[in-house]
Amino acid sequence: MAQDKQTGQYYFPHGSRLPFFGSASLFVLMAGAAATLNGASIGVWVLGVGFLLLCALFFFWFGEVIRENQAGALFYARQLSVPWLGGDGAKAVTGLLWPDFEASWPSNGPGALSPRDNGSYEIIPAFGLPAINTALLLTSGLTITIAHHAMKMGNRGMLKIFLALTFLLGFTFLGVQAHEYGEAYREHGLQLGTGIYGSTFFMLTGFHGLHVTVGAIMLVVIWLRCMKGHFTPHQHFAFEAVAWYWHFVDVVWLGLCRGSASSWQALHRDRRQYRRGQDRADAIPVPALRHQAVLRAKRPESLPRGLLR
Amino acid sequence: MRPDEVTNMAHGNAAAGHGDHHRPPKGVMRWLTTTNHKDIGTMYLVFSLAMFLIGGVMALLIRAELFQPGLQLVDPGFYNQLTTVHALVMVFGAVMPATVGLANWMIPLQIGAADMALPRMNLFSFWLLFFAFVLLISTFFVPGGAPAAGWTLYPPLVLQTGNAFPMAIFAIHLMGASSIMGAINVIVTIVNMRAPGMTLLKMPLFSWSWLITAYLLIAVMPVFAGGVTMLLTDYYFHTSFFNAAGGGDPVLFQHVFWFFGHPEVYIMILPAFGIVSEIIPTFSRKPIFGYEAMVYAIASIAFLSFIVWAHHMFTVGMPLAGQLFFTLSTMLIAVPTGVKVFNWTTTMWRGSLSFEPPMLFALAFLFLFTIGGFSGLMLAIVPADFQYHDTYFVVAHFHYVLVPGAVFGIMAAVYYWLPKWTGHMYDMNIAKWHFWLTAIFVNVLFFPQHFLGLAGMQRRIPDYPTQFTDWNMVSSIGGFGFGLSQLLFVWLIIRCVKGGQRATAGVWDWPHGLEWTVPSPAPYHTFEKSPELH
Repeated sequence: MAQDKQTGQYYFPHGSRLPFFGSASLFVLMAGAAATLNGASIGVWVLGVGFLLLCALFFFWFGEVIRENQAGALFYARQLSVPWLGGDGAKAVTGLLWPDFEASWPSNGPGALSPRDNGSYEIIPAFGLPAINTALLLTSGLTITIAHHAMKMGNRGMLKIFLALTFLLGFTFLGVQAHEYGEAYREHGLQLGTGIYGSTFFMLTGFHGLHVTVGAIMLVVIWLRCMKGHFTPHQHFAFEAVAWYWHFVDVVWLGLCRGSASSWQALHRDRRQYRRGQDRADAIPVPALRHQAVLRAKRPESLPRGLLR
Repeated sequence: MRPDEVTNMAHGNAAAGHGDHHRPPKGVMRWLTTTNHKDIGTMYLVFSLAMFLIGGVMALLIRAELFQPGLQLVDPGFYNQLTTVHALVMVFGAVMPATVGLANWMIPLQIGAADMALPRMNLFSFWLLFFAFVLLISTFFVPGGAPAAGWTLYPPLVLQTGNAFPMAIFAIHLMGASSIMGAINVIVTIVNMRAPGMTLLKMPLFSWSWLITAYLLIAVMPVFAGGVTMLLTDYYFHTSFFNAAGGGDPVLFQHVFWFFGHPEVYIMILPAFGIVSEIIPTFSRKPIFGYEAMVYAIASIAFLSFIVWAHHMFTVGMPLAGQLFFTLSTMLIAVPTGVKVFNWTTTMWRGSLSFEPPMLFALAFLFLFTIGGFSGLMLAIVPADFQYHDTYFVVAHFHYVLVPGAVFGIMAAVYYWLPKWTGHMYDMNIAKWHFWLTAIFVNVLFFPQHFLGLAGMQRRIPDYPTQFTDWNMVSSIGGFGFGLSQLLFVWLIIRCVKGGQRATAGVWDWPHGLEWTVPSPAPYHTFEKSPELH
């Protein structure tokens, strides 16, 4: 809804079939996903139909919003959003509420869940491909800012080039990430099922990758709209919104990288302790778990290898 | 807004001329395509009432099974499905959608806005909820039946669920998306669309309570969605979040769940606080006592709700410092809640009271919710909680805050605003019968459960030792009395929609607030031009 500043009259979007259609498509998607997970053969097809319906929904919904926007309905946004950041107090809280807390990280658990027979795995070093990916994303943050300035200056040639560069960097990031996943799976013994470290690593980077994919698609849409001559130096909220999203994806990645780097440091600390002859099982505080770890050390074949279920 | 400012409000902007393009289409397409906040609010309220009845039938099956010891009606597995889905339906299908429906109807009317800020998303949010419940309720008919591990879905027990497992989790995802959309809509509407002159500290308390509730929703629904997603990946994709063998921890789920779950209970009760803060002044013919204090109290409760979650987990085990912290932070909530209870009481002090149905429900809320609050304080004490945990005392506690708390608040709101929605007065006699039957039976139903719990009766078990028989029979009789009384409510609403004495714009003797300046029933479009407040 938007309000005309002169008359104080509101613009009403007319009734729309899309919300019902969208809810129904999400229902089909979810039902399909549930059926697939339950092993029903028709599940994948329902899932596919649901996904197509959802894509259609996005196409039509955003198409309608863009048409309304082009027709002059201003979808204003007062920029009041405050970044909901935080978390550095976590350490103080842990220290206060759980004084005996001992971090044990990275870990694939006392069951040593890993695709390898000996239960080992390596974590991805933060300074190889992840560093390249960091550079790619940071550069894309720069290029989108250049594109934004070009938009404001009315320099459409530069806008198109730097916007295209931004999503190309985004897709390159995704390619590198896919390559890294392949390496992790094949060479490092690091999989989704590699204990809590594998779970955390792939869930965090995977969901981040999903958001990068969405952001890159949004950038492509904005780029196509620029090619069609949409936006003016003063009215380009859709562009700005996508830029915010892109920076958000960027910031999340930096957080992930920091976490990954500290896992790397923790691992090396651990190894130094190993060299000092410290028994790893002693570092596990809970007696029951320590017992399991000792069991594993003595009779590795007595515990299921690879993926526990 | 406060009543002293109402008299100067601009009139006549409500029913100004509408073009044909504003008329809704006829028949079912109206409800599938409407972007009007009143239509969407109506759909939410009707949906909520339907879910209240469905969840109520499940509750009656539970109470019928518990009428006497031994296994009579249902097998234990199905009993556990009933308790689980009853909770999910009542929390996500009945109470939350009812308050969202009230928000949709009343926030634009209270702040002088033409509609909600994001009308299409509003409709999306409603239909997502509808399909979420299609998915959830259909789990009763798949192999393995509905989820049966309790609404808290603790692993590893929940991992025994059959084909219903992914369906329930996806249903929760849809509900979460729906709630977040609704919450964003409320925030954007209130922040951007208040009429000129409607400063935040002139805003009616119902709108205030919803603004804060919306922040709670946005903060915790993603946490819940994340938690159940981790359950899903643990089950199907070999992750180890809650699997000790892989270095994960089932207790992590409990922390994640209650970090969502505790604010969730305030998501259900804060709008009811707002409603009671509207009703008590109207029928005391006095402005609310301590308006600002009421706002700050809601905000403090909302803040505190984020730092008390582990009081649900005392028996799981935690360091002494943790037990002390969560006990004390929980007890701290009594302070702002006490501010609210005393301010409501003080509002009535030397007021000119009258006891129409909304006021009756609001007063019952005041007394009975306070009982639920007190038993909450008892549960916050760690050594006592070791005895109460997972007994019927807990069941009695949270039903006191949710039924004569949240549900009475919602019923009070319906009785308060129904004439504004339908344009008709309802039958006061039926309404009073409904009130007295409900208020008496709710106590017959839940009060004995305190005794049962203190004596050691476990929750979520279909059978019990014979010494618990008497109070269980009393409770079941109360349950059926309560359930049947609600049919009066449904009948009254249907009759009121169909006809009745015409309601005036003000409806009540001492109306205050913008919603009472528009005709009854409120025209399809209101405040297309912002009202001027002086």
